[in-house]
Amino acid sequence: MFRFIVRRLLQMVLAFFGTTLIVYALMFAGQGDPIQALAGERPVTAAQRAYLTEKYHLDATGVGGFFYRYFDYISNLLRGDLGESLTGRSIGDILAAAWPVTIKLALIAIAVAVIFGVTAGVLAGIRRGSIFDNATLLLTLLVLGIPTIVLAPLAQYFLGVKWQVFPPTAGADPGFGALLLPGIVLGSLSLATALRLTRTSVAENLRADYVRTARSKGLPSRRVVSVHVLRNSLIPVITFLGVEVGNLMSGAIITEGVFNIPGVGFNLFRGIRTEDGPLVVGIVSVLVVVYLVANLVVDILYAVLDPRIRYE
Amino acid sequence: MSQNAVRPTPASPTPPGGHLLEVRDLHVEFRTSEGVARVINGVSYHLDPGETLAVLGESGSGKSVTAQAVMGILDTPPAHISSGAILYSGQDLLTLPEAQRRQVRGKEIAMIFQDALSALNPVFPVGWQIGETLRQRLGMSRADARRRSVELMDLVQIPAAAKRLGDHPHQFSGGMRQRVMIAMALAMEPKVLIADEPTTALDVTVQAQIMDLLADLRRDLDMAMILITHDLGVVADVADRIAVMYAGRIVEHADVRSLYRAPAHPYTKGLLNSIPRLDQRGGKLATIRGLPPNLMRIPSGCPFHPRCPYAQQVCVDVVPHDLVLGDGRTSACHFAQEVRDDRAS
Repeated sequence: MFRFIVRRLLQMVLAFFGTTLIVYALMFAGQGDPIQALAGERPVTAAQRAYLTEKYHLDATGVGGFFYRYFDYISNLLRGDLGESLTGRSIGDILAAAWPVTIKLALIAIAVAVIFGVTAGVLAGIRRGSIFDNATLLLTLLVLGIPTIVLAPLAQYFLGVKWQVFPPTAGADPGFGALLLPGIVLGSLSLATALRLTRTSVAENLRADYVRTARSKGLPSRRVVSVHVLRNSLIPVITFLGVEVGNLMSGAIITEGVFNIPGVGFNLFRGIRTEDGPLVVGIVSVLVVVYLVANLVVDILYAVLDPRIRYE
Repeated sequence: MSQNAVRPTPASPTPPGGHLLEVRDLHVEFRTSEGVARVINGVSYHLDPGETLAVLGESGSGKSVTAQAVMGILDTPPAHISSGAILYSGQDLLTLPEAQRRQVRGKEIAMIFQDALSALNPVFPVGWQIGETLRQRLGMSRADARRRSVELMDLVQIPAAAKRLGDHPHQFSGGMRQRVMIAMALAMEPKVLIADEPTTALDVTVQAQIMDLLADLRRDLDMAMILITHDLGVVADVADRIAVMYAGRIVEHADVRSLYRAPAHPYTKGLLNSIPRLDQRGGKLATIRGLPPNLMRIPSGCPFHPRCPYAQQVCVDVVPHDLVLGDGRTSACHFAQEVRDDRAS
């Protein structure tokens, strides 16, 4: 296990450099004149040009220059300095403000998926073929079929604007109440997947030989299901939810955009729209780390949950 | 070995006029979307204390389903027990409410299964799985259950039992896994042990070890045993009586010696003939022609008639009843006497 973790950490280093390099290249390599791009339509004076060339090491040209700037950026990044966005704000500050919001949103979404998705999935798996099972299958199909770009505005219009059950937008520094509706919308997709995964897994495990053994030991069926079947059925569900936490932590561009939530996805989208290279690369670099760590945690969790998995 | 620790209580005496376990005219159907499969069609057998009954038959003959009906672990639906009785110490298990039925499971009648790898829960340590029964049903503390689990693992001769308590099923060899399974079944000191093809998934050498272990345990713990198998070679040394099943019926029932000496049903005869023998080297192996019947369309009359070398018109028309041949032998064949006395073939 220890060797596995070390090997995975080394892989993560590679993945980190690989992804940041690609994002950095995509964002900057294609630019003709980065200083003009920085200034937009306004004229650039010679003094400004000299200053910026010095600051961003633009005097080095070609592939060599590109890598020089990339490693300069990475070394700043590793010291915890994400640099500044084109608007002059510290990207570290932007993320520090945005992340708590995104984490709150992600927690609501995951809670929705776990509480409703897993519970309903277990029930549907036990009562396979019942009305409840068929109803949940139909509902999840509907949810999975509607893209968030449709579901989010619909929920906002009906629940937020028309019936005014929830606040329609979140606004700056939103609390849990304001994030509830977007959290449910965001979580509905995870909920549907978690439900289907749980249902299949439970139904499959109920037919397993070890269930027959547990029953022949004279255990009450309550215990057979809640201990023997659940422990096995939840292995794929928990790993799915683990990956999902990683996904949700990196922000939900559409949901945060629709509900005007100043989270990570919202800022990332703004960065892309305004061609704010440093902001996009900064956010994506951090997201890469979040995502890699989440995946490592899921892999370790998997080995803990299923003793048959041995990473050697 | 510490057998004494496992079994302080003597086997309960058979109630007067009754057997320890008796299956009486059991009928089981499987109701599927394609139709009704009549899997068990009037099976009767009995078991007395300290006895070993072998139930023999091909896959699909209904031997495992009968055992699962006795245990009360049939999946209903699709299975449906349409009639019959299963008497344990005179009490019909089929009429008991589930809560009481559950008390019988494991405590009075325990069962071990064919493939111990899939029959054990993959995510729990074996010590936990053996101890679970003790903790849940006897209210033992964790420490006591652990101690007892080690004793049980010693009893089934798992080396270094105390060290292996925390291992998971996949970390054991096939034979050791089956021993874990047996230890688990013995936890509640059952009076009847049903072994459903306990050696089928194992190597031949390990098969013999497990059969010896089962025979020893049965004797030392004074249990009665139902040994379900399709392997005639396995039963000869262990069983007292044999019930041969075909298409959900018992076609022949006899003590081991007489059955091997002179089978009284063409199906039994076919099974015995199809055992490869050293003195017949080079020759073609004898087989029973044809396949077991589709249980949704069991042939009329004697279900074995399409495959039977003795078959006559009467076999197509009339369902044979059990013919009593003396010495407690029965055979469900119109020509049972002729088959028994026909030493050729």
